Amino acid sequence: MNRYPLWVYVTIAVALALGALYTLPNFFGEAPAVQVSPARATLKVDNAVLGRVEDALKGAGIAPTGIFLDLASIRVRLADTDTQLKAKDVISQVLNPDAANPSYTVALNLLPNSPRWLAAVHALPMYLGLDLRGGVHFLLQVDMRAALAKRAESLAGDVRTQLRDKSVRHAGITREGNNVVIQFREAETRDKARAVITEQLADLQLADAGSGSDLRLVASIRPEAQKRTQEFALKQNIQTLHNRINELGVAEPVIQQQGADRVVVQLPGVQDTAKAKEILGRTATLEIRPVDHDNMNMGALAAAQAGQIPFGDEFYIERDGQPILVKKQVILTGDRLTDAQPGFDNQTQEPAVHLTLDATGARIFRDYTRENVGKRMAILLIEKGRGEVVTAPVIRTEIGGGRVQISGRMTTVEANDVALLLRAGSLAAPMEIIEERTVGPSLGAENIKKGFDSTLFGFAALSLFIIVYYSLFGVFSTLALCANLLFLIALLSMLQATLTLPGIAAIALTLGMAIDANVLINERVREELRNGITPQAAIHAGYERAFGTILDSNVTTLIAGLALLIFGSGPVRGFAVVHCLGILTSIFSSVVVSRGMVNLVYGSRRKLERVAIGNTAWK
Amino acid sequence: MEFFKIRHDIPFMRHALAFNVVSLLTFLAAVFFLATKGLNFSIEFTGGTVIEVAYEHPADVDRIRRTLETRGYKDSSVQNFGSSRDVLIRMPLKPGQNSSELSKAVTEALTADDSTAKLQRVEFVGPQVGEELAWNGALALLITAIGIVLYLALRFEWKFGVAAIIANLHDVVIILGFFALFQWEFSLPVLAAVLAVLGYSVNESVVIADRIRENFRKMRKASVTEIIDNAITRTISRTIITHGCTQTMVTSMLVFGGPALHYFALALTIGILFGIYSSVLVMAPIVRWLGIRRDDLVKPIRDKKQEAVV
Repeated sequence: MNRYPLWVYVTIAVALALGALYTLPNFFGEAPAVQVSPARATLKVDNAVLGRVEDALKGAGIAPTGIFLDLASIRVRLADTDTQLKAKDVISQVLNPDAANPSYTVALNLLPNSPRWLAAVHALPMYLGLDLRGGVHFLLQVDMRAALAKRAESLAGDVRTQLRDKSVRHAGITREGNNVVIQFREAETRDKARAVITEQLADLQLADAGSGSDLRLVASIRPEAQKRTQEFALKQNIQTLHNRINELGVAEPVIQQQGADRVVVQLPGVQDTAKAKEILGRTATLEIRPVDHDNMNMGALAAAQAGQIPFGDEFYIERDGQPILVKKQVILTGDRLTDAQPGFDNQTQEPAVHLTLDATGARIFRDYTRENVGKRMAILLIEKGRGEVVTAPVIRTEIGGGRVQISGRMTTVEANDVALLLRAGSLAAPMEIIEERTVGPSLGAENIKKGFDSTLFGFAALSLFIIVYYSLFGVFSTLALCANLLFLIALLSMLQATLTLPGIAAIALTLGMAIDANVLINERVREELRNGITPQAAIHAGYERAFGTILDSNVTTLIAGLALLIFGSGPVRGFAVVHCLGILTSIFSSVVVSRGMVNLVYGSRRKLERVAIGNTAWK
Repeated sequence: MEFFKIRHDIPFMRHALAFNVVSLLTFLAAVFFLATKGLNFSIEFTGGTVIEVAYEHPADVDRIRRTLETRGYKDSSVQNFGSSRDVLIRMPLKPGQNSSELSKAVTEALTADDSTAKLQRVEFVGPQVGEELAWNGALALLITAIGIVLYLALRFEWKFGVAAIIANLHDVVIILGFFALFQWEFSLPVLAAVLAVLGYSVNESVVIADRIRENFRKMRKASVTEIIDNAITRTISRTIITHGCTQTMVTSMLVFGGPALHYFALALTIGILFGIYSSVLVMAPIVRWLGIRRDDLVKPIRDKKQEAVV
């Protein structure tokens, strides 16, 4: 009766093997590495850059232990920290010939040291939380009211343009909170305006107000449009944060949405919070400037390329490689830009980028374009104090209403890129830091040691007691507990969960609680033995009867764990994830795995006189 | 090895009243301390700034306090943290104060005073977060309690569900009472510990409830009191050994885990100790008073043959 069919043993063996395989990467530690990522939003890392890095290393006689290319970066793993520093110098010399204006961020980093075959089966080590590796954590709250106000501002501009296009005479358009209020003198005009707005601007819903000669239309943003605006604002802010954090040269930043209006930023390894905050909070890095047409001739450009830049100008290379001279005078900055979207030209169906300016921006832009038809203006993205010409279109006509379209010589992909770059310059809505945590690297290392020590010593003391108390069954229980630890770490590694100090505490606590199942079983077997049943029957009855209880008690623990997982945040969630997974693994290991061992040792004996489960002689 | 050689059932129920008076008194004391002293919430709940600074030599807390006061940070609390070389500075939220400037200014002030001062950790929590956390914590507690009652009602009987949750919420209140009495810091990990204890203590109640159900089936002649006494006696060795094992782990955390895990482990310790007591000596009497009967747990078996004929 105490025999498992072969498939159960095979299942246990496979589970243990998988557990061992996925736990393995955690023991290899991390190797020094150099990470290359683009320093500017206009650049990408690709095979060409990879080739340059490889050549550079070969030229310097450095043999990396691995080079990896992914979407955002190239990572070079090296044997030791000396070669790491040397490799960093070599790579940055090759990729950034001009040290004052680097194209790529070359940062020191750590990479898992596990062999390639482990990485090939996605066996990767657990990710360490900031409290264990050191770094900065920010929680930013996006001011959604400001985002909506900005949207209302741009809609007010749209209403103005539409009414003018359709020659509807209004008596003034103002923004009041999130509403656009349009005044009229006659009812017919208002009806006409209502028709135009309903047809052209689907985001607005209209309500009448006022009487006599003071008639008004109050346009408010529809709820679904409000939601879209907020989602868009959050997305754009995250994008902008990405670009700004690239400047910091952090190896593995985490920038994530949390809830409807919050962004989590984690910068492992960064200690200088002040600098980090300054960069996160920077505004308006986009500038629109006139192109210097007086000097846009071959001679002047060649001279500028050689270093003789005309007074009041700056020299740039456009993205298509053309040289260009741009005046220092700024027409508009990025904070006047409310939106930039890729799209198509209405007439020619060419790919285009549509810009929306706020009211002030629209007025400045109208005045400027009226006086400069036929000339070019340059849109510059300023990063690290260095500008870059995103695009330099020709002004074809006076542009009013704050709706600007840039088109011509663009593919759809380029239009997308340009829109992204233009948006990246500014935040859609202001953000405020509502939580901040900095952990020094030495504290992180200390936390790992303390967490590890408390688990190790606790586990050792517990095992010792259980073995002394239950003899051979105690050994089975201890081994089952080891299997539990193995499964738990393997699961956490598979899920690539982030291990934090509360997470380590949860591992220790889960082990301390998981022993309950084995104590229940062992006590039950002893009791059955005392009742005078044969050893084989006692083992069987002990496991069978205890199982119901084990299941019930684990379900109640799991309910508490799930509540923590759902409602917890930050450190509590780290604890809850490990706790819940631990409960699941402990049911399997303490029931199936320990039974497997018992069955292997005792199951095949026909005449079993006694089992080693400690003293049960008394009645 | 065997610690418990109990040959006769221990008449727990005979002393039920005494136990219940004791737990009622403890409970009332806990409520009293919670009401008068209140919990010492960490900045995660209240908002504010915590700065941990490490020195190379034992830190002079008074001097640090004076340094901060001369710079205008009057409401800050300075205390040793973990060792005599580590110092924890807590500062309340002030409207219009910028967190980045604050931590920077404090670090500068301290390093100017003593060049070995090294910033270990800064935590800033704005006012928006704290309220949300307290609310979510209360919600998690509520959901856990409801979930456990429902599950036990489903698996056993509503009387067990109610008795178990009363017993275990009583543990929770007592843990909170200790935190209020000694003004230990109530942080997020402590909240996690409280909820984990809640789930864990219910284990106890489940084990005993399971035994009571089994006894109702087996001991057909016995009275309810005898059945409960027998159930507790039979499971007492398991109860104590399991709790001893869990406590071993927790003690290890208390000793080796350092200040970061200190209050977490402390909450667990109180929870585990009172968990044994409450599930054995609080839950069982309540179940009896709620009037548990054999019919509640042992469902009469229907005659299936007849149904088949119809």
